[in-house]
Amino acid sequence: MAIKAIERNVSVRTSTKGFKVSLSRRVMTAFAWMFVVFSFLFVAAMFISIIGDVLVHAWPALTPKLLTDITNGIGGGLKNAIEGTMVMSVGALLLAAPIGIAAGIYLSEHGHGGAGKMLRFLSDVLVGIPSIVLGYVGYITMVIYLGWQFSVAAGIITLTVMLLPYIARSTELAMANIPLAVREAGYGLGAGEGRVVLHILLPGAAPAIMTGLFYAVALSMGETAPLLYTAGWSNYMWNGRFTKEPIGYLTYVVWTFINEPFAESHMLAFAAAFLITAGVLILILVGRWLLVRGQRRMGVYQG
Amino acid sequence: MKIPVFRVGLIATASFLPLSLIALIVFLAIYSWPAIQFNQFHFLWTNDWNLGNLYGNPVTVHGAQIMPGAKYGIWFLVVGTIVSSALAMVMAMPVAIGAAYFLSEGVRKSWAGPLSLFVDLLAAIPSVVYGLWGYALLVPLFGQTIFPFLANTFSFIPFLNGDPGSGYGLLTSAFVLAVMIIPLISATLREAIRMTEPELKEAGLSLGLNRLEVFWHITLPKLKTVLIGVGILALGRALGETMAVLMVSGNALNYLPNNIYAPISTMAAFIASQLDSALQDPTNMAVEALSEIALVLLLITVAVNIAARLLLWMARVR
Repeated sequence: MAIKAIERNVSVRTSTKGFKVSLSRRVMTAFAWMFVVFSFLFVAAMFISIIGDVLVHAWPALTPKLLTDITNGIGGGLKNAIEGTMVMSVGALLLAAPIGIAAGIYLSEHGHGGAGKMLRFLSDVLVGIPSIVLGYVGYITMVIYLGWQFSVAAGIITLTVMLLPYIARSTELAMANIPLAVREAGYGLGAGEGRVVLHILLPGAAPAIMTGLFYAVALSMGETAPLLYTAGWSNYMWNGRFTKEPIGYLTYVVWTFINEPFAESHMLAFAAAFLITAGVLILILVGRWLLVRGQRRMGVYQG
Repeated sequence: MKIPVFRVGLIATASFLPLSLIALIVFLAIYSWPAIQFNQFHFLWTNDWNLGNLYGNPVTVHGAQIMPGAKYGIWFLVVGTIVSSALAMVMAMPVAIGAAYFLSEGVRKSWAGPLSLFVDLLAAIPSVVYGLWGYALLVPLFGQTIFPFLANTFSFIPFLNGDPGSGYGLLTSAFVLAVMIIPLISATLREAIRMTEPELKEAGLSLGLNRLEVFWHITLPKLKTVLIGVGILALGRALGETMAVLMVSGNALNYLPNNIYAPISTMAAFIASQLDSALQDPTNMAVEALSEIALVLLLITVAVNIAARLLLWMARVR
């Protein structure tokens, strides 16, 4: 029966001249193509619209005054906020990098057992926790319970918890891309685990880990919600104390000053948004460039 | 026996990661315990957030000290959070699939790299900048032009008709959220499309399907699990988004949206905007109730993430 049916179909097909695509299929394909092109253009348009909107509004405010003056109630410069953002991003990176890289190394070298699976799972769960919840926990534990008040340390630690899973993940992927033979060669020469990891694997994975760290810094620069109730806000420069001393940061300026009724405040908010966006995008592009350059120079470990 | 110093050090350092997660959940649960006892479960589905008379003397109700008339119900937040995220998913999913196809198979390889930078960099833009963009560009545009037009044109469809509002509200929030999650979905999907076996695509092509039909009938059904998993992951992100929603949602209080232009508030945005006023409560119950909201939000996002990870793990994509 089946063979007969196929024969009949084949004969039908061969009897008509060539293979003809039905009209409905052609129309559907054309529509689908239009939609596919539209969706990419939509994404590109959104990106350009965000950057353009911020740039257009920030342009008149981009003066040297931004870098030399501190903020006051409605305007001024952004010197204190720029300093605060840098202090907290670097602080969070210094805390998060050792823990995150250690977790990444553990995941890639010993991550196949139960403990590794558990760690990977918890790390994935930590990525998904909303940043405002992190900020709130930072508030009730460090600001209230430990009595640090709005402080640099509370902000840095909250950001650190947020960055950990990202750094762990990028380190794990970077280490996992190194072939097993490299490890075997190290152990074969009599090196211990510490020496293999620190002197052979980490240098090889360094470009990819660096890219992950750049991404983490970019992420911490752009965060607002975890800092609102941990770092507070200050109109003055940081005086070097880690507790009981609030600090200013750029994202706070964006969200607070846009709600003020003054044109000067709005310009400052857009200028802050421009500085953050530019900083984040430059960090990510530099990170990618480092990765490409590192891979080209090493020639291996591309995964 | 020689102690493996390196491994012990490695494990000790790495253990800060799971410890911080556990500490997070434990501290939040302990801190919000008085509020959980006071509010019980109807907290979730009563629609009445009221700090009470902050100038009165605290009264004792059900064994807890609160301000007179204080009530904590967050049904409007539950509705606002879920509806805005769901609407964002509906808008984002098709566009993300389209963009992923365009970048992985629609253009030649040499163009795909630079063009996909648009998508990757869109994912990197800080959420407060999305909020600023929504506040400065979308809200006036939507409120003055697009919403009145939509409300007039589709006046026969429920939830699309009625008062077009001021531009702050559900649809604006959902739109901003959608733009935020499109790059997330698109990036993972692009990777998954690239990893699909070429034999399957070739088999489809040899049967006379064109490339788009191969994608629609063969690749996409194959990636169903990935699609659902990454969709849930993006949903988790949308549920927890704070700053962008805070700036465009209209921050409704005790108000249920009656159409898609109405102002809303979400749990995350509410926590961020209400702590200042909650601190005025001398009994501290308001701050604890906010921490209960944070706990609910945490549990929702953790559940959503676990579901997504299980799905992606089954599909062997991570």
